[in-house]
Amino acid sequence: MATHALSIFGDHSDVMATRSTGWGLLASGSIQEIMDNALISQAAALKSRLPFVHFFDGFRSSHEVNKLEQLTEDDMRAMINEDLIREHRARALSPDHPVLRGSAQNPDVFFQARETVNPYYRDCPGIVQETMDEFAKLTGRHYHLFDYLGAPDAERVVVMMGSGGETAQEAVEHLVAAGEKVGLLKVRLYRPFSNEALLAALPTTVRMIGTLDRTKEPGAAGEPLYKDVLGAIAEARADGTSPFATDPRVIGGRYGLSSKEFTPGMVKGVLDNLAADAPKNHFTVGINEDVTNSSIDYDADFNTEADDVVRAVFFGLGSDGTVGANKNSIKIIGEETDNFAQGYFVYDSKKAGAVTVSHLRFGPREIHSTYLIRQANFVACHQWGFLEKYDVLRYAAPGAVFLVNSPYPTAEVWDHLPRVVQEQIIAKELRFFTIDGYEVGKAAGMGTRINTIMQSCFFGISGVLPRDEAIEQIKGAIRKSYLKKGAEVVAKNNAAVDMSLENLHEIEVPARATSTIEMPPTVRDTAPEFVKEFTAEIIAGRGDDLPVSAFPVDGTFPTGTTQWEKRNIALEIPTWDEDICIQCGKCSMVCPHAAIRMKIYGPEKLEGAPETFKSVTWKSKDDDFQNLKLTIQTAPEDCTGCGLCVEVCPAKNRAQPKLKALNMEPQLPLREPESVNYDFFLDLPEFDRKKIDPSKVKTSQLLQPLFEYSGACAGCGETPYVKLLSQLFGDRSVIANATGCSSIYGGNLPTTPWSVDGEGRGPAWSNSLFEDNAEFGYGFRLTIDKHTETATELLQTLAGPIGENLVTALLSADQTTESGLWEQRQRVGELKEKLAGIDSEQAKSLLSLADYLVKKDVWIVGGDGWAYDIGFGGLDHVLAMGRNVNVLVVDTEVYSNTGGQMSKATPLGAVAKFAAGGKPTAKKDLAMVAMSYGTIYVARVAMGARDAQTVQAFLEAESYEGPSLIIAYSHCIAHGIDMRQGLSEQKKAVECGMWPLMRYDPRRAELGENPLILDSKPPKIPVKEYAYGQNRWKMLTQSKPEQARKLMEQAQAEVDARFKLYQMLAGNGGQD
Amino acid sequence: MDLTTKYLGLTLPHPIVPSAAQPLTKDLDSLKRLEDGGAAAVVIHSLFEEQIRTEASNLEHYLDHGTESYAEALSYFPAAEEYVLGPEEYLAHIQKARESLSIPVVGSLNGHSTGGWTEYASKIEQAGADALELNIYYLPTNPNLSGAEIEQVYLNVVTEVKGRVGIPVTVKLSPFFSSLANFAQKLEDAGADGISMFNRFYQPNIDIENLEVDPTLHLSTSAEILLPLRWLAILRPQLKMTLSATSGVHTAEDALKLIMAGADVTHVCAAILKGGAKVIGEIRDGMATWLTEHDYESLEQARGSMSQASCPEPTAFERANYMLVVHSYRG
Repeated sequence: MATHALSIFGDHSDVMATRSTGWGLLASGSIQEIMDNALISQAAALKSRLPFVHFFDGFRSSHEVNKLEQLTEDDMRAMINEDLIREHRARALSPDHPVLRGSAQNPDVFFQARETVNPYYRDCPGIVQETMDEFAKLTGRHYHLFDYLGAPDAERVVVMMGSGGETAQEAVEHLVAAGEKVGLLKVRLYRPFSNEALLAALPTTVRMIGTLDRTKEPGAAGEPLYKDVLGAIAEARADGTSPFATDPRVIGGRYGLSSKEFTPGMVKGVLDNLAADAPKNHFTVGINEDVTNSSIDYDADFNTEADDVVRAVFFGLGSDGTVGANKNSIKIIGEETDNFAQGYFVYDSKKAGAVTVSHLRFGPREIHSTYLIRQANFVACHQWGFLEKYDVLRYAAPGAVFLVNSPYPTAEVWDHLPRVVQEQIIAKELRFFTIDGYEVGKAAGMGTRINTIMQSCFFGISGVLPRDEAIEQIKGAIRKSYLKKGAEVVAKNNAAVDMSLENLHEIEVPARATSTIEMPPTVRDTAPEFVKEFTAEIIAGRGDDLPVSAFPVDGTFPTGTTQWEKRNIALEIPTWDEDICIQCGKCSMVCPHAAIRMKIYGPEKLEGAPETFKSVTWKSKDDDFQNLKLTIQTAPEDCTGCGLCVEVCPAKNRAQPKLKALNMEPQLPLREPESVNYDFFLDLPEFDRKKIDPSKVKTSQLLQPLFEYSGACAGCGETPYVKLLSQLFGDRSVIANATGCSSIYGGNLPTTPWSVDGEGRGPAWSNSLFEDNAEFGYGFRLTIDKHTETATELLQTLAGPIGENLVTALLSADQTTESGLWEQRQRVGELKEKLAGIDSEQAKSLLSLADYLVKKDVWIVGGDGWAYDIGFGGLDHVLAMGRNVNVLVVDTEVYSNTGGQMSKATPLGAVAKFAAGGKPTAKKDLAMVAMSYGTIYVARVAMGARDAQTVQAFLEAESYEGPSLIIAYSHCIAHGIDMRQGLSEQKKAVECGMWPLMRYDPRRAELGENPLILDSKPPKIPVKEYAYGQNRWKMLTQSKPEQARKLMEQAQAEVDARFKLYQMLAGNGGQD
Repeated sequence: MDLTTKYLGLTLPHPIVPSAAQPLTKDLDSLKRLEDGGAAAVVIHSLFEEQIRTEASNLEHYLDHGTESYAEALSYFPAAEEYVLGPEEYLAHIQKARESLSIPVVGSLNGHSTGGWTEYASKIEQAGADALELNIYYLPTNPNLSGAEIEQVYLNVVTEVKGRVGIPVTVKLSPFFSSLANFAQKLEDAGADGISMFNRFYQPNIDIENLEVDPTLHLSTSAEILLPLRWLAILRPQLKMTLSATSGVHTAEDALKLIMAGADVTHVCAAILKGGAKVIGEIRDGMATWLTEHDYESLEQARGSMSQASCPEPTAFERANYMLVVHSYRG
């Protein structure tokens, strides 16, 4: 649930929010239970006639891989009563036996009617138990509404539900074996809540109950499960049915919000708290809550894992296939041996250069450990660079195996390790193995996907399976995974397996650490205190240790902090050939990460420039721009190496046309010198905004980007638009951002890409929800307008003491240009000085609102999932209200952030999730919908097709004193394209007519002109020439060729017809 | 007029066969049009070695790219049960063509190395092709590779493919061999059932405005028949196998010239692209008319009549001829 922040991770806040619906709530804790309870809840829902929510923990359970016994279709058939299905059908609405449902009722009858459900709720728990009993007969797995385990004479019992119960089970069994009188009650049926079943399940010996809620209900006297248990005990006492001689005391606590780790040590901590003389109630566990001191202590080293469980941790890059290979390993071991197997994967919140950490367990018994591995006996690091960034070996248990993918020859590997790593290897007495996975990958034709290679090494070293058998199994898994993708793919994977073990080497560990390589500091020393003390801890992977007192109280964070997180993920970065450069600005415009920038400055500023700092004379016909130098500079440590800038660069070296004004070169040798150059570049003054013409692509790029180094995918098609917005209007914009990619790269901790200018101004940004973003931004507008209105009134009231001239100037200011804005800011500065000397409530009030006398922009930003689908109702409403808001839709034609689900923006014939057979209907024409009001500025742009039109549309939208809508084509990883070619894809989308560029400006209508201008020429290439260059269309030709052909014909017809319609509306044949 | 001819062991009613070109044979409708237009047989466009090697890898790359990296989006595309990749699609196309057409269907494989991809030769046979054309598209640019080694590459492919299939195999050749006569003989010895002369290589152009290499493909003109015409005339007396002419056939006269030089079959492409499938019938009928008007009994009578062995001036096909042409031009 989005509160102070959005979190997609697992806790029970969402489930608790559904309580008042009256649906049955059935909880699963393990992967087996998820399958079992899916069937039990289905059967019970039919019998009880109550709808059910069967829930399990997001990520911890939904993304865990574990061995389970699969239910058969016979099991399912046996559990579902066909008569009940027929009865259910008979209750459906049908004109053949019509009824009316959902009447409106009045005070006389509503209440009574509401109470008619009572018998169903009374009977439901019994029905669920009966269903569980039937299920047990079929499968041998017997569940109860509440399942108790532990000592039969337990005195301290933990009550909880969900995946945490698995960890608690492991801890309790461990403690009981050590003779402790403790127990665990797992809640399965949470609603309807059965007091009787709860009390019957608890041992009568219990003295202390600790309830654990995975939610927070601020303002309540306690969290929901706590109050349910407390209520059951109190009610039984009151009505004389209590099974206890003395009622147990109930202590409630919170744990695990947003998938926070929940470990056996924490369970023991909870049980220890119950044994304390003065147990802490309403406690928290797993964090350091040092503000109101609610947290309880626990032993972080308490270990319940058996020695015969193999525990392996793998550090990989998302792009190297580590996770996929590990999932395969689990399948192999789980399916081909008697071992149980479990996998859990920790992903990055960054999309470019994403790090993954895989946690794998294999053992002879069921694995209940729903927490991350802390003491691994196998640690693999698939990327050498991680050794300098992360404390990889903190996971290694003494005597563990450590495997590194190294780019160095075996003899040199040891000397290249950072000193800390050497020390850990020696201190923990690790066995150390290495392989040059890239070399093997290259030889096998696998490129940088080293997954199969590292997987083979794991099996080769770990001995989970005999070597030969393991190799055979890996190859079997490769066949299964890849055969449908072609025999060639299978062949190269097999070749990689064969070569891996030959190239795997064990390194003899020297007695002493000799390396002089030190781990670099997480952030530079020049970073602000907040970044050093707070942000850096998260970057370094120590966010779990931050105490509550370190946090801002309301989810508010400083902007401009991505600059401190130097990620160094590019293998190659662009270098500038100033002699070839034609100074067009396109490279800076398209850079998704603001990692290539341009500045002009007086030649005197070059004094003290680093040796390799480049500059060239700025070419301009404008008198104000003579005798200036230009530098185009790469941010070497922030660049993701996407290559968009090089692709868009139009300037070729005449002697060697393969070279351009920008060329990619390996990052490593350039990192140091270019970092020094970049620092110097940043210290050069920004050119005066007042003098810059923002309407030209070239000069627009002289404006400072106030959106930089985000975690978006390398080559992202959305962020160049977002960055352009920040350059043109960032110093006066408030941004409401819908949930989606733009809210993730825009606001995912640790660092914030929205930034500030030299004056300390910059975009203020907030995400609310997916569905309400337009209204959220509309609220900003109303608030700002009211503030401006109040400030205006106060100004008039205080005209005497302030001075008529200043007041008149403030109220009549032209703020349509940068100069106008600058002058108004000067006046507001003067006003503030005057107000400081006036001692009145009105003056204080005006002082707090004076900044609202300077124009403020409201930008409402989001993707197509928001604008076309989930937030469309609100967007339509806000556009219709006529207020001055600017809407930017970064349209990837698919739900990108959640993995490519179809939206109403998905074009006809494209494959997406939920449209596996190609989308059968055409894309909704959002521009046409908005145009139909006649009062909305609407533009459809594609930067890669015509960047000048994009800039023009942004300026027109902002200057229009009413609602504006810009729909921006954003190429995306979910299109299945070479992201480096993203801009050419945009161009083709326009050339084939699928993405007609247009601008609809109601101001033109007022002048008696046609408000619509079609900026595209008629289609000049067939749709398929564009579409079949993208996997989203191409793959359908490979899975359903006939369907693909039909849809492509329809798509072509649709594009032709729609383009004609635009031509007709624009009253032209499509102008250049 | 009897226009029958023998092509790779098949008896054809006349010698006009559309050549292996994607636009002519891409789908069943196009093939039907060729048959209705009078084609004596069809050579389906080539299955490329690169296609076999890379298509699967590309699909895999784009399906996997960006997956398993970010918690909320572990993949970006729905999983399909199975994919029909280029090679399978091609085989299905051959099969459909075989089922729907009554004229012979010739498959075509384009590549130059030995190895896995040649297994598609037998798959094409299994799909029902009546014969196979090997389009050994290879532009040797390695200065360390001798002409003999390059010839060996060709011969290896032919030997390997002949070892896999029972249907006749013809080889589409480039004109750039030091000793074409010698090499053609080696191909025949290696088991080739025919050769097709010549492959028109795609010749890149340069776009001087944008400093780019421009991948243009120009359609042939009748002038281009002269190169195959000479070599047909030279090779006809030396070889037993089928000789096909390809390049520049636009008219009945073009076709007749090549037949007289020694061709068993003349392929047509550009003319059909320009004029539609009806051109085939026009050329066929034009040949029949001309032969009738000139009192020929059959096409067979004309075949090879102007080859080096039968023509009145055999030396005209050899080097001395060059001097004569130059001389006459100056004159």
